[in-house]
Amino acid sequence: MAAIEILGLEKTYMVGFWQKRPKRALQPLHLAVEEGEIFGFLGPNGAGKTTTLKLLMGLVFPTAGTARILGHEWTDPAIKAQIGFLPEQPYFYDYLTAHELLDYYGQLSGVPGKERKHKVEEVLQRVGLTDVKGVQLRKFSKGMLQRVGIAQAILHNPRVVFFDEPMSGLDPLGRREVRDLIEQLKHEGKTVFFSTHILPDAEALCDRVAIIHKGELRGVGAVADLTSTVQGKVEVIWHGTQIPASMKALGAECHVTGETVRAIVPEKQQDAAIDALRRERLRLIAITPLRTSLEAYFVEKLQHSQTTAGTRS
Amino acid sequence: MSPRMFYIAFNTFREAVRDRVLYNLIAFAVLLSGAAIFVGQISIQIERLVVVNLGLTAVSLFGIVIAIFIGIGLVSKEIEKRTLYTMLSRPVRRWEFIVGKFLGLAGTLMVNTFFMAIGVFGALLYVAHKFTAPDALILVALYFIILEFLIICALALLFSSFSSPLLSAVFAFSLFVIGSFADDLRGFAALTHGLTRWLATGAAYLVPNFSALNVISAVAHAQPIGLQLILQNTLYALFYTAMTLSAAVLIFERRNLK
Repeated sequence: MAAIEILGLEKTYMVGFWQKRPKRALQPLHLAVEEGEIFGFLGPNGAGKTTTLKLLMGLVFPTAGTARILGHEWTDPAIKAQIGFLPEQPYFYDYLTAHELLDYYGQLSGVPGKERKHKVEEVLQRVGLTDVKGVQLRKFSKGMLQRVGIAQAILHNPRVVFFDEPMSGLDPLGRREVRDLIEQLKHEGKTVFFSTHILPDAEALCDRVAIIHKGELRGVGAVADLTSTVQGKVEVIWHGTQIPASMKALGAECHVTGETVRAIVPEKQQDAAIDALRRERLRLIAITPLRTSLEAYFVEKLQHSQTTAGTRS
Repeated sequence: MSPRMFYIAFNTFREAVRDRVLYNLIAFAVLLSGAAIFVGQISIQIERLVVVNLGLTAVSLFGIVIAIFIGIGLVSKEIEKRTLYTMLSRPVRRWEFIVGKFLGLAGTLMVNTFFMAIGVFGALLYVAHKFTAPDALILVALYFIILEFLIICALALLFSSFSSPLLSAVFAFSLFVIGSFADDLRGFAALTHGLTRWLATGAAYLVPNFSALNVISAVAHAQPIGLQLILQNTLYALFYTAMTLSAAVLIFERRNLK
């Protein structure tokens, strides 16, 4: 069963003060996310990622379309006990402590009183906020608030978790911890749907990704498939700074970085490249098929749309 | 009945306490003690009249200022600061949020009024040295003041559900002022003709009738208050509050939280 099914959700806002004109924030979106998947929703700023999440959370109402979460209508309040949501740059009641806030949210999510105290402690420990008892949220840093945001999203043990830019505001260590946490959630069988414009995060974490740009879905696919496309080229890396003349004759694109040289050569010239290195007695470090990065796929999808738009106009 | 509403109400009360809203009690205590001492010194047999008038008027005004200034931010502040996002992504219905917020603010005002009432009775005891039977009427006036607060809270919440805090404050305060002269507005409507009469009568019945809820002067003069008025005012205030809250819910149920 699909954990999330988006069936043609679209959103048009009316903008302007005197003369209202329509502005389409999201074109009809069709998307399905399987249970237990980590699904990345990628796009540049202003692409429509947050609008999609707000629609799914019932914070804004769609112009058309519908969605199902865990097989239920997404507007069904009962289903909300099964989902967790971290908004972008979250802000909380700053007069509360982290413990009070989580206890309050636990009440609202229907976590029984006896379990709540234990769950609050557990989840705070999980996001790395162990020494914050009695400290009001107004004294928290941006990174700490982000951790509180993650804690409140997973506090009630939801089956589906929506994160809007979860790494935002975190230092490198914090980002690493959140990545580990998302992986843990997957191991617990939860479905994670997260939006980001940081592609290495998506590449490291996601089973599948969707790319959205200007409110339009531009592509969906498994990360493994998107990044394993061999383009008929190989990457050859060797020790040193010397580039054999014959290597250039093979049509290799060479880059020297420190004490290593990285060359991209056509796959059919692979043996000739190895021979060239042998002749010059250079030490081969690695030879690997060249893979398309998620970034390349992302850029291609965005550029393709711009080219298409340019052709249309 | 949903417990979530009461959790939201409790949190609203907690917010008011932590934002030091109840500190107004200190200003109230200073005002009333000063008045009691001053009246005690001049002693021209109007101590009771002055203390009851001043005390109850202060209870009413302090409460109305709190109701308006907290009420106007109850929804708009949550939208602006985006604290609503993590609330409404939980199994919280939008009407539960509105009603919870209302109950929280009304609860805050009731606690505030309770302490102020102790102050009024304390000041009265100080100047009169004893309580008399008509002093029980002060409780009726306080009850009417609380009914007034319910209406004001609901109005502030209604404006907060679609407008900015500044405009909400202007709307709520204007309605309070107009509502305080509702009887005069009805009198004016009776003197006019045609469309003006129709419009004035409509406006007179649409604005909250705070003048009917104001019995401070009557209580200060120890005039009796009929049971019928108590019943009428109770029904009127509850009906007006319920209608206003329903309007707030209707608006908020359709609002996009951009």
